[in-house]
Amino acid sequence: MAEIPSLQSLRGRVQALAGVPVSVAAPPEHLLPLTQVLMRQGWWFIGLAPDQEEPGAPTRLRYLWQHDEAPWLCLDVTADGDVPSITGDVYAADWPEREAEDLFGVRFSGHPVLGNFVLHDEVWAENLEPMREPVRPLTPEPRMDVERPSIVTAPGRFAFPIGPVFSGVEESVELTIETVGEEVVYPHVRLFYKYRGIERMLTGRTGADAVLLAERVNGPSAFAHATALSQALESLCLREVPARAYALRLLFAELERVRSHIRSLSHTVESTGLSLPANWLIAAEESLLQLSGEVAGHRYLFGLNTVGGLTLDVPDEALASMVKRVGRVLDQVDALYERLTFDNSFLDRLEEVGSIAPGRARLVGMVGPVARASAVDRDVRRHQPYGAYRRTVPRPVTAEEGDGYARFRVFHEEARAAFSLMEEAVAHLPAGPVRVAMEPRGGTAVGAVEAPGGTLAYYVRTGGDGTIRRCHIMPPNFANWHAVTDALRGSAFQDVPIILATFGFAVADADR
Amino acid sequence: MSWVYSGLRRPVEAVSAEAVGRGTTPGRPVSAPDPLRTPLNMCPTDALRSENDRVVVDYPRCINCLRCVREPPSLPVEVGYEPARLLTEPLAAAFRHSVHVRVVDAGDCGACLNEIRQLTGPVYSLHRFGVYVTPTPRDADVLVVVGPVTRAMEGALMATYDALPDPKRVLAVGACALSGGIFRGSFAVRDGLVPSLGIPVDAMVAGCPPPPLAILEALLVLTGQVAAGGRS
Repeated sequence: MAEIPSLQSLRGRVQALAGVPVSVAAPPEHLLPLTQVLMRQGWWFIGLAPDQEEPGAPTRLRYLWQHDEAPWLCLDVTADGDVPSITGDVYAADWPEREAEDLFGVRFSGHPVLGNFVLHDEVWAENLEPMREPVRPLTPEPRMDVERPSIVTAPGRFAFPIGPVFSGVEESVELTIETVGEEVVYPHVRLFYKYRGIERMLTGRTGADAVLLAERVNGPSAFAHATALSQALESLCLREVPARAYALRLLFAELERVRSHIRSLSHTVESTGLSLPANWLIAAEESLLQLSGEVAGHRYLFGLNTVGGLTLDVPDEALASMVKRVGRVLDQVDALYERLTFDNSFLDRLEEVGSIAPGRARLVGMVGPVARASAVDRDVRRHQPYGAYRRTVPRPVTAEEGDGYARFRVFHEEARAAFSLMEEAVAHLPAGPVRVAMEPRGGTAVGAVEAPGGTLAYYVRTGGDGTIRRCHIMPPNFANWHAVTDALRGSAFQDVPIILATFGFAVADADR
Repeated sequence: MSWVYSGLRRPVEAVSAEAVGRGTTPGRPVSAPDPLRTPLNMCPTDALRSENDRVVVDYPRCINCLRCVREPPSLPVEVGYEPARLLTEPLAAAFRHSVHVRVVDAGDCGACLNEIRQLTGPVYSLHRFGVYVTPTPRDADVLVVVGPVTRAMEGALMATYDALPDPKRVLAVGACALSGGIFRGSFAVRDGLVPSLGIPVDAMVAGCPPPPLAILEALLVLTGQVAAGGRS
C-alpha cells in the first residue's frame, strides 16, 4: 500500500514547497484505508479536484488535504472504473463527490445520492460530463418531469418550496422544506442555479485573463479569489512577489473582510426586522465601497490583483488615511453592535437558533468565521501563512456555542481583528515595486487564502506555456452551504430566514 | 433610546442623484487617439476597437478591469458612468412617482446585486423617488435582470417575466445581462438577455458592476422622471 509521508518528514517543508502539493499516488482500493490514516493524523479534507490530463484519458481524482504543520497533501487516485466513496468517513466529501460525478462522470460506489446536482435534470441530459474531453454536444434538453427528493414519510407531510427567486434583493438558490406543520423536518438545498461554467472557461486562459474571471466568481470577495489564483500560479514561477505587493494584498484583503463582515451583520439584523440598524450597517458598507473606489479605482477591487503582484501602486499616505477611515467606520459599527447586544428582542431571535455543535461543524466540513463560531479554530492566515501573513499574524477569534448569536459575535469581532491587522501592516510598509514579471511555467499547484467566508483554495495545472489546463475552485461557501441542513433541522419556520442570514452566505461563490 | 427615536435624530445622509465622484462612480476608460495603433486584443471582452486612429470603447461589453488604462494603449480614465440607454418608451406619466420593481438574479457574481441592495439603503434611498422593490412580480411594473442568464435560471426568469402585468418594462443591469460580460460564450449561460429569450429589453445600463447612481438613473429614465442621456 502507498505510504503517507510521516509528519516528521513534512514538517519544515511548508515554506520551501509553498503551493506545490506533496503527491501520493494510490490505487482505488487503497483510498479508504489511506483516508482513515489521514483522518487519524489530524489532516483536514479541503476538496476534491478531478483532473483529466489528456483527452480520452481516465479522470484522476486529487483529494487535497491540509495539515497545520505540513504542506498540501494530494492523494492521487485514477478513476478507471468505480471509485469507493469516502463520504462514510469524511462527510465533507459528500458534495465534492457529487460534483465530480456530475461534471466528470466519475462513478463513486457507496455514495447514497448521485446525479442532478451541478447540472439540473430540468435543463441538461444525464451523463453529459461537460468537463471531460472529448466533450459531447452541450445543448440543453429541458424536461418537466423531474422528481424532487423526499425523505419524510410522516402523515400530513408536505414540501414547501422557497426560491430560486426570493422576495427581496437576494441571490438565486432553492430550498425545499419538508414539514408536517410548524417545524422544519428536513430541508433540501438546491444550489447551482447560478452555475456559469467558470472552471470550464478557465481552461486555456493565460494567468492574467484567468484572474479577471476568478474575481467574478463572487464579486463581494473578488480580491480573495484573485489572490488565491494568483498565488497558485506564482508558486509555479521561480520568482518571489515583491514585499510591497504582499503588504498591499494584506491591506486590501482585510478591507474586503471588514466590508464583507459588516454586510453579514446587516443581513442578520435585517432578517430580524430591525430595519433601522440594518440600514445603518448598509450605509457603513457603502462607506467602505466608496473608500475602495477612491483608493483602488473599483468599488469591489476588480482588476487590482494580477499574477506577479498588483496592477496599481498606492502611495503610503493614501493607505494610511484609508486605514484611518476604516477605523472610523468600525467605530460607528461598534456603537451599533453595543446597542444590539443589549436589545432583548433582537437577541431572542439569534440565541440558540441554527446551532451547530463543534464536532458536527468539523464533520460537515465547515470553514471560516461560521466554523470558528462553532469552536473550529481553523484559519489559513494562521495555520498555513501566506504573503504578508507570515509576519503579521491575526489574533484568533472563536466562540463555543455555534448558534446564530455566536456567528454574529464572530463576524463583528473578526472585523475588529482585521482592522488591527491593517493598522499593524500599514505601520511597516515596505518600499519598492508592487509587481514583477513572472515567467510562466508548467506544473501543478494549490493556492489557498482565508477569504471573508473561509478557506478558499484553487487547484491549478498549467502547460509549459503557462496557460491553464485545469483549474478547480474550492470556495468556502460550497463547504458551508453543506451545513444548512444541519442548521435548519428542527427549527421553526419563521427562524429559517434568520438562520440563513447568520451564515452570511454567498451563492455565486458556491455555484461558480 | 428606542430605535425609532434615534433614527429620527440621525441626519439624512442620502447623496444627490448627481453626486458623481471617485467613490460613488470610480470611472471608466474613455476613447482616445492612438496613432500608434496599439494591438487591442489585450481587452478580455473585446470591448475595444480602432476607428480612424482612435481607440473606441464599446461600453456594453466593458467589464471595468481598467487593463486598457493601466497598460498600453493607456486610455484616460473618466470619473462617472455610462448613462443608461432607453431602447423603447418610458412608462406612462401615471407611474412617475410610484413604481414597483422586481429583481431577478440570473447568475450574477453578487456585485450588481449588492449595488441594487445599496440603492435601497439610506445612502441612495431609492424610495424618495417613489421606487420600491416588491416581493411579488404581480405587483411589479419593472423587471430588473442582473447576471448572464444561466441556463438553470432561464425558466424562473421567464416565469417571473410572464407574471408581471402589462404595462411592464425590463431593465438589463450590468455587462453580464447586456452581453454575457466575461462569461460570454460559456455553455452554461445565454450571453445576457439575448433576443431569442423573448424578453424585450426596454433599457440597459452598462458597467461591471454599474454603480448605484447609474442604476438609479436608469430607473428614473424608465419612469420618465429624467430624459435618457444615451437614447439610441
